[in-house]
Amino acid sequence: MAVVAIPKASEEATSAPTPTTQPNTITLRISRFNPSNDSLPTFAEFKIPVQKWTTVLEAILHVKQNLDHSIAVRYSCRQASCGSCGMKINGKPALACYTKISEIGSKVVTVEPMSNFPIIRDLAVDFKQLFSDHKKMKPFIMRDDSEITPGTKEFVQTPKDLEKFLQFSYCIKCGLCNSACPTMATDESFIGPQGLAQAYRYVADNRDQGKKDRLKIVDQSHGIWRCHFAGSCSHVCPKGVDPAMAIQLLRGYLMGFRK
Amino acid sequence: MAERLSNREGIRGMANPTRYGIERVAYWLQRLTGLGLLAYLIGHIYETSSIVNGKVAWEKMLELTQTPQGHIILTIVIGMCVYHTANGIRVMLGHGGIGVGKPGEPEYPYKAASLNYKQRLCIWVSIALAALAMMYGAAVLFGD
Repeated sequence: MAVVAIPKASEEATSAPTPTTQPNTITLRISRFNPSNDSLPTFAEFKIPVQKWTTVLEAILHVKQNLDHSIAVRYSCRQASCGSCGMKINGKPALACYTKISEIGSKVVTVEPMSNFPIIRDLAVDFKQLFSDHKKMKPFIMRDDSEITPGTKEFVQTPKDLEKFLQFSYCIKCGLCNSACPTMATDESFIGPQGLAQAYRYVADNRDQGKKDRLKIVDQSHGIWRCHFAGSCSHVCPKGVDPAMAIQLLRGYLMGFRK
Repeated sequence: MAERLSNREGIRGMANPTRYGIERVAYWLQRLTGLGLLAYLIGHIYETSSIVNGKVAWEKMLELTQTPQGHIILTIVIGMCVYHTANGIRVMLGHGGIGVGKPGEPEYPYKAASLNYKQRLCIWVSIALAALAMMYGAAVLFGD
């Protein structure tokens, strides 16, 4: 007869290593919608194991790899640098690669495409308007001379000059601000916080001479005056760009508070 | 169909104050009180215009406001007026770039400088002033 030795309680505590990272199981609800076939979005539910470091993007990719490969999702860098994986996570716009499931604090995680952007399929949305509005703001230094003209020197800036626009140049064009904006929710011609913040980024740059042009572009009925400073854009920005601040500072030029 | 394809949140999304902190609640209250005051203004013009129909019509209209329901409506109007004014001043100053912080190097966890404690304090003060004014108004209206 085989005898099984049962270790004492004190022995057990030291000899048997207990796993500290037991995977939890959560329910991931993914919005499914194909504009060419479906009339309304539906939700597909998946039970998946997650660790405390698992991000929402990793959870979606787990589903894509093991359970349903047909899910459409846009992603690239997985480190909040490219701005591709913006989506609504439990109703709030966020980057999927930058949101840990353990931080959400819910056993049910619902992912939907970002609001205020047309849906291409499932979680992938169309950025055509965002990029078009960004281009309208002339996102480049405008001046007559150039650093590469022979005989000229580089345009020197002090750290103080740099600080005036640096944070706004960190925009990764993820579209989360436009998705959270209450004006974007109802006005499809509104430039949006992303575009307006980029206008300020160049207006505040002391190398730039296109302030008049840009202020003319934003000074219109669907431009800067439709921002009501709800602050939702800055609330969701994953890079600390603070579009709400940029818009108010830009409006300061139009209202004569700034020169 | 077009709205579904554009995937805009629409008025329901715009009027949802729950997801983006106290600043979005302040925005929602500002809009709501604005609409409320517009409705009051129209009602007020209608009420005062009754005077052109003579003294009897005017007094009949005044009686409507001297009821408990009329007092409740006026108390709410006082609250709406005070909140809309106080928060409106905060928003107007913010629109000129005053009190929204200074640009700087963003540091993790990237707290937005424009959503600073001064802004939040002003929102809470606006709400508190509205509540106080409503209490005072209610005491005066229901006091007699």
